[in-house]
Amino acid sequence: MNTPEFLLHDDKDTVGVAVVDIKAGQQVTGRSLHGDARPKVKALMDIPLGHKIALCAFKPGDTVIKYGVDIGKVVAPVKAGEHVHVHNLKTKRW
Amino acid sequence: MSIPSFKGYRRENGRVGIRNHVIILPVDDISNAACEAVANQIKGAMALPHAYGRLQFGEDLELFFRTMIGTGSNPNVAACVVIGIEPGWTRRIVEGIAKTGKPVEGFSIERYGDLQTVAMAARKAKELVQWASELQRQDCTLDEVYISVKCGESDTTTGLGSCPTVGNVVDKTIAMGGTASFGETSELTGGEHIVKGKAANAEVAEAFMQIWNDYNDFILKEKTDDLSESQPTKGNIRGGLTTIEEKALGNIEKLGKRTKFIGCLKPAEAPGGKGLWFMDTSSAAAEAVTLWAASGAVVHLFPTGQGNIIGNPIEPVIKLSANPLTCSTMSEHIDLDVSAILRGELTIDQAGDQLLEIVLRTCNGRLTAAEALGHREFVLTKLYRSA
Repeated sequence: MNTPEFLLHDDKDTVGVAVVDIKAGQQVTGRSLHGDARPKVKALMDIPLGHKIALCAFKPGDTVIKYGVDIGKVVAPVKAGEHVHVHNLKTKRW
Repeated sequence: MSIPSFKGYRRENGRVGIRNHVIILPVDDISNAACEAVANQIKGAMALPHAYGRLQFGEDLELFFRTMIGTGSNPNVAACVVIGIEPGWTRRIVEGIAKTGKPVEGFSIERYGDLQTVAMAARKAKELVQWASELQRQDCTLDEVYISVKCGESDTTTGLGSCPTVGNVVDKTIAMGGTASFGETSELTGGEHIVKGKAANAEVAEAFMQIWNDYNDFILKEKTDDLSESQPTKGNIRGGLTTIEEKALGNIEKLGKRTKFIGCLKPAEAPGGKGLWFMDTSSAAAEAVTLWAASGAVVHLFPTGQGNIIGNPIEPVIKLSANPLTCSTMSEHIDLDVSAILRGELTIDQAGDQLLEIVLRTCNGRLTAAEALGHREFVLTKLYRSA
């Protein structure tokens, strides 16, 4: 199997972490560290190594799941394959 | 599992150290100059200048004394000279350190001045470094080593690779009967329920939640925004971490898969026995590692993503990273490159074994990257304003 471009911590994760620099338009595959998931998605923008790629569409107010748990709320619409970061994801805590 | 052995320094109270420092410890900010003058004069003596020690009171003063006495008492320290402006607090620190049985002597500057104090203290420091230089390393085992763990300038690769590697070593060393401590109270936010579930019993879980709630209440009281760029830091965000919850979940990977923690410690408080302990610390690297060194920890495991470069004067800090960019652009700071985990070429268990080997080499005397580069960040935790 080819080396995946992104990793998931858990099968339930709705974002993946790029482990290479992903380019817009690239068809990329993920691997779950604790499960069998092998999701595929088309990157809609450049995602630098270490940054998150959306595995599904989100609308404002949705919860993002990573490590199988809640890591915050979406504050701007996100399409599958887009970059998820401080511009569209915020903490629910502080 | 057989317990690995190494050559370490067994101190007067039976505790095991991996370094043999003679330190010149200032009681207060205004005694830094005298301490640095002594250390400049005497080869092998190391001054630990800091910013505080005057007009502190209450719990903040208690933490100050615990930190100073604990630093001198650390098994990586063979002997100490303590210099303060006046004799009272100087004596209090000397007497605290003397309980370990190691050589320690205090000097105070009032009624002598810097020059005469430096002359007297340097003569004592010379005697102590010569004495310490003849101490021999002896057979010790890894379960006698108190390990602290904390990450810094984390990014998403710490949660994927370097923190789980540390967690693997925590599982292995605690299974051997070792002692370890984790902390970073505010940085467990978002995963505090997971940490609570790793407490050995309901009493410990309750104590942990009390400490976490107090810290969280403090942040909620003082915050002026969502803390973005402070926690997570600007560096965390550059590395792809977005929220405190995401950062905390990576951080918690350091606690291991199997290990339960058996108690909660105040900042700089020594563990009461073997096992994994939670310590209430800041998440700022230099402050936190200074607290662990003061609690007696002799080696620190430090996963980094974007490349935190912290060291400590008495507790060697071992750095590991799973970020290939950091490992290539900042290689002089990294003791172990575990970026192969991201490529699926190295398992967490294999990486843990590699880290254990580096720990043993460090215990045997190999300098860490931070030691070789001269990183000696000694930063006291201040709870509130002085009187």
